Amino acid sequence: MERIPILKMGQYLLITIQVDMHDKLAFTLQNDLTEQIVLYKSKGILIDISALEIVDSFIGRMLGIIASMSRLLDAETVVVGMQPAVASTLVELGMSMKGIRTALNVEKGMEVLRSSLEEARHDGDSSSEF
Amino acid sequence: MIRVLNSESLEIRASEDVVAVRQAVRKKAVALGFGLVDQTKVVTASSELARNTLDHGGGGTARLEILENDRRSGLRLVFEDQGPGIADIAQALTDGYTSGSGMGLGLGGSKRLAHEFEIESEPGIGTKVSIVRWR
Repeated sequence: MERIPILKMGQYLLITIQVDMHDKLAFTLQNDLTEQIVLYKSKGILIDISALEIVDSFIGRMLGIIASMSRLLDAETVVVGMQPAVASTLVELGMSMKGIRTALNVEKGMEVLRSSLEEARHDGDSSSEF
Repeated sequence: MIRVLNSESLEIRASEDVVAVRQAVRKKAVALGFGLVDQTKVVTASSELARNTLDHGGGGTARLEILENDRRSGLRLVFEDQGPGIADIAQALTDGYTSGSGMGLGLGGSKRLAHEFEIESEPGIGTKVSIVRWR
């Protein structure tokens, strides 16, 4: 069956979307991802969309669903590599991608995930002192 | 006067067909010499409308036409279905209004991404949406 590979790297899961998304692929990805977050106790998900020539409301919704599901499982999601033409089209389309963190590239995205993980750790430390 | 230089029809019956429509629209936009942003806009609009045809219209057809008038060339995309139709078109064009599980951006969004937009719909008969993006 056709599916999008998910790479595990330490506490993070990395996904690169390089094919044209359709319903079945999207549902398979959502299921695979939630299973792996629980299995590996992952803390961050990085989704690279630099190969996507368009993002329509279907893909936008899928990214939003992934971010919400991951948050419920205590993992942060960051979407990286959006092409400039895609960004301007999304705004005109009316999709603000609220609730989805973005970064320019994979490196910046990893920084975002690392710092949010550190913040969470500090918050954990301070609350344990009480 | 607008002349139609070339016309191609595609069936929309399954999710994969939406992908095929996008690819065909991209090919025509490139052939017409659209810049990258214009390509992205018209392909995104076609994706929204093809998905509407599939999800709300129960499937239908997409017709891609290369147009030319005295000053410029363009791409017209016509999506037709024999689905339930839309009783309140103004409401369907409102951002955020959805009859399904989508985000309700398809119609209003593709209208903003095109230069011309027309919609005809009759409950029980079907829906026809047509957009033009000029070069």
